[in-house]
Amino acid sequence: MIQQVLERLPELANGDAWLTHRGRFLHVTFMLAVGEEHFLIRIREGRVESVDRGPFVMPQWTFALRASAQDWRTFRDPSPPPGFHDLVAMMKFKRLQLDGDPYPFMTHIRYFKDLLGRLRAGVAS
Amino acid sequence: MNATNDARFEPVVGRYLQLNLLGNPHRLYVEEAGEGVPLLCLHTAGADSRQYRAVMNDGEISSRFRVIAFDMPWHGKSSPPAGWQNYEYRLTSKDYIDMVLTVSDALGLERPVVMGCSIGGRIVLHLALDHPERFRALIGLQSGAHADPYYDLQWLNRPDVHGGEVCSGIVSGLIGPSAPETDRWETLWHYAQGGPGVFQGDLYFYTVDGDVRDKVAEIDTRRCPLYLLTGEYDYSCTPDDTRELAHRIQGAQATIMDGMGHFPMSEDPEGFLSHLRPVLADIEQEP
Repeated sequence: MIQQVLERLPELANGDAWLTHRGRFLHVTFMLAVGEEHFLIRIREGRVESVDRGPFVMPQWTFALRASAQDWRTFRDPSPPPGFHDLVAMMKFKRLQLDGDPYPFMTHIRYFKDLLGRLRAGVAS
Repeated sequence: MNATNDARFEPVVGRYLQLNLLGNPHRLYVEEAGEGVPLLCLHTAGADSRQYRAVMNDGEISSRFRVIAFDMPWHGKSSPPAGWQNYEYRLTSKDYIDMVLTVSDALGLERPVVMGCSIGGRIVLHLALDHPERFRALIGLQSGAHADPYYDLQWLNRPDVHGGEVCSGIVSGLIGPSAPETDRWETLWHYAQGGPGVFQGDLYFYTVDGDVRDKVAEIDTRRCPLYLLTGEYDYSCTPDDTRELAHRIQGAQATIMDGMGHFPMSEDPEGFLSHLRPVLADIEQEP
């Protein structure tokens, strides 16, 4: 379940010194929506500080990434099929929606691709 | 050369070509290897001729083909025209066609085969329509008649965003998952090296000016054979885009390359060459 893996995101990400280095100028809280379920992920200096699971009252975030639970599941496949293998590919086929201010995402696009790539099943922590 | 550390020169030779192009003096970087039927290779948007390094280094191909690739103006080691600092670069269909014809003439190529990828795969469709008599055959890699943008292209060219980071980051998923790591990251490095606004300027042709949907059915492959090779994981020019082309162009031969993405010649050279070799063998049979 992606919900359980998301809660392990700090340990999956923060042990990767090259990932956190590339995010050293990044401070942001973003929303990850898995269908109707929402997670607020807070990043400070490239480290995942916290992952909070909703529901929320008046959540604050800079940008949100939203996809269905089924599409996130396919994205997490160790060998995802075409169109599910990359966040931008998911956007192209309208499976992933980016809302809010895209600035932190676009300036750190490789960071976010790598960060969420860590959610893939079988990716070592 | 020093044999102790296995140093060796590749059979690829690079030179600078001075010529008048699009009404202005230009200095273009041109690479080539081999002898035989001229095979002129066109790189993707925002990249350069290094993408064809494996085709040039393939001894079997270079024993029968003179493989040539040039960096378009503004790209790679080619200079932009004088005055570049005062305007935004934008590639048009007309300029791109002129560029291919002018470079081909300047190099004295007689009815070359032209192989282009992405924007290069689009321009071969224009060449097939407008100048079929000039070419022995055309090969479109990741070739579609049109592409809709799926992100705001302004992100590629903003003074407050690192162009190398965003250009390489946005295209990284266009590479197929089975690509060898070294070739994947070599390909992305080329994107990280583009000048400001160059990738975006190329995409003006790809997403707006080069739309050829209304005309592709008029391509006559009896006048110039057309081969289409597209990677399975490409979401910019999808396999369906290429199948649609092949459906509309009588005689066009399409191949979908399993596991590959948008930069086949650069991201997975060996895999790509296994698809290219039969096409080249076929072309050699053409008069």
